[in-house]
Amino acid sequence: MWIAPDLRPPGPLLTDISLSQPADLTDRSQGTRRAGAGDTRFRLLALSAAILVLLIFAGVIGALIHGSMPAFKAYGFGFLTEEAWRPSREIFGAVGPIYGTLVTSAIAMIIALPVGIGIAIFLTELCPRFLRRPIGIAIELLAGIPSIIYGIWGLFVFAPFFQAYVQEPVIMALDGVPVLGTLFGGVPYGIGIFTAGLILSIMILPFIAAVTRDVLETVPSVLKEAAYGVGATNWEVIRKVALPYSRAGVVGGAMLALGRALGETMAVTFVIGNAHRIDPSLFAPGTSISASIANEFTEATSELYVSSLVELGLLLFVITFIVLACAQLMLRSMEKGQGK
Amino acid sequence: MVINQGLYFRRRLANTTFIVLSLSAAVFGLIWLTFILWELLANGVAALGPHLFRESTPPPGTPGGLANAIFGSVVMSLGAVLLGTPIGIFAGTYLAEYARYGKLAFVVRFVNDILLSAPSIVIGLFIYQLMVAPMGHFSGYAGIAALTVIVIPVVVRTTENMLLLVPNSLREAASALGAPQSFVIKLVTWKAARAGMITGVLLAVARISGETAPLLFTALNNQFWSTDLNAPMASLPAVIFKYALSPYEDWHDLAWAGALLVTATVLTLSIAARMLSNQKRT
Repeated sequence: MWIAPDLRPPGPLLTDISLSQPADLTDRSQGTRRAGAGDTRFRLLALSAAILVLLIFAGVIGALIHGSMPAFKAYGFGFLTEEAWRPSREIFGAVGPIYGTLVTSAIAMIIALPVGIGIAIFLTELCPRFLRRPIGIAIELLAGIPSIIYGIWGLFVFAPFFQAYVQEPVIMALDGVPVLGTLFGGVPYGIGIFTAGLILSIMILPFIAAVTRDVLETVPSVLKEAAYGVGATNWEVIRKVALPYSRAGVVGGAMLALGRALGETMAVTFVIGNAHRIDPSLFAPGTSISASIANEFTEATSELYVSSLVELGLLLFVITFIVLACAQLMLRSMEKGQGK
Repeated sequence: MVINQGLYFRRRLANTTFIVLSLSAAVFGLIWLTFILWELLANGVAALGPHLFRESTPPPGTPGGLANAIFGSVVMSLGAVLLGTPIGIFAGTYLAEYARYGKLAFVVRFVNDILLSAPSIVIGLFIYQLMVAPMGHFSGYAGIAALTVIVIPVVVRTTENMLLLVPNSLREAASALGAPQSFVIKLVTWKAARAGMITGVLLAVARISGETAPLLFTALNNQFWSTDLNAPMASLPAVIFKYALSPYEDWHDLAWAGALLVTATVLTLSIAARMLSNQKRT
């Protein structure tokens, strides 16, 4: 049998409690108090860092509202309906940039969404196992490549290629066709709204693929195995089991990508052409909110010019906030559904 | 057993169509992405050389390098990470350790995720209003501030996620020994989640090393070698932007070289981050 060794200090067994105990108590309470103070300080530090995040967010909104006041006072809500943008005469309207932002993002989503989801389905359901990890990693890495790389590639490589091999033949072929002839008409510049939309779609493609793959991977194997067990084909399993199960996540991921496309600056600025006008042709140069700010902010001389650009920034922030907030809610509801 | 041949055929056909479509989606996507990387390598490698690191950005028509831009990018990224990491770690710790289900935590989490994907050009406008306009000039400090605002949400998100992976039994064991909560966090949960948190910081560096939009009107650009943080400062992305849009061939080459350097940095950091987090898991 093991007996606990006696670790008591040698000395009289009966110590004078009346003497030692009060001293002992003060010692310990001091120690506890010191630890307690450190504990509170640490907690406050964490709390204030969390509050700082809120302050930054409030600061962004506040600074944008403050900066756009002169323009708002000068133009009111007319800013949102004015199409002209003539810095020399101090006429500023947001319609052109808003049009460019929405149209380029729409083009990007129309192309990238089906392709991105296709890649994700390929990766989760069809891809041979040994290829799954390398392709998955490659896509995640590509999602992290800075947008300026897509921009410089779009300007030097893609735009000339697109001009020579796509725009010219398409313009020739569709010349005279009622609606399409207008949409894809004009002069083949290479750069323009459509090119910007295409570059954006390539940029958000890895992002959509990575998010959708993560979402599809949360579908429990049991569900899919059950469907395969009753004889469903790959397509039926994905269409009727996997996608319905992960719908909220896929939509949320798509909206995150839309938020990126709307706010993307560099990939667009290089290739959109920076022209403040709305042309019926999608091949024509245009501008987007972010491209206008990036191109003109440092050249803006008058207070009203700067303020109009800041107001554009505020509009962009509000639009992306709404999209991103919806994305958050969709993704959260999905996490809850999984009982996380 | 009777097989409805028509239905069977239709289902087979739908399935084959679908497989072909999703395969071609994958091939289509990967072709474009390889195309980009290939062009980047081809154009970038041709323009590489030791002069990039020795000389500053030249006027058109004269030889030069990217030394001032590389220096500016490194200094501003370093400053932003040094400032942003502690704030991000503490805020993430608050979310995961102190107020996991609280109302404030819910709001902070929501706002943080919005900031995480907010357009970075808006961050630039914010810092312009906050620092550049009152100071009256563009500066490296403003660039650091703008990048810090981008670092914080990245670090908050990864810190919280990593701390949530730490099993509660570890916290309970430490608390049962009588450790105050701050000791539990510092000595137990932070240590358990360390690899993941470093991953988050690496990802944040990767994210800001390619950021252009927030620097355009905070740090602006500087054609000359400058170590003064209170003056406009060059950065790789800003130089790429300016040089790529210029009409000069030799500036285009420098832009490609810069783009290759930025991409190599970002990919190296992401791969390092991935290896670190994999190591932890196995």
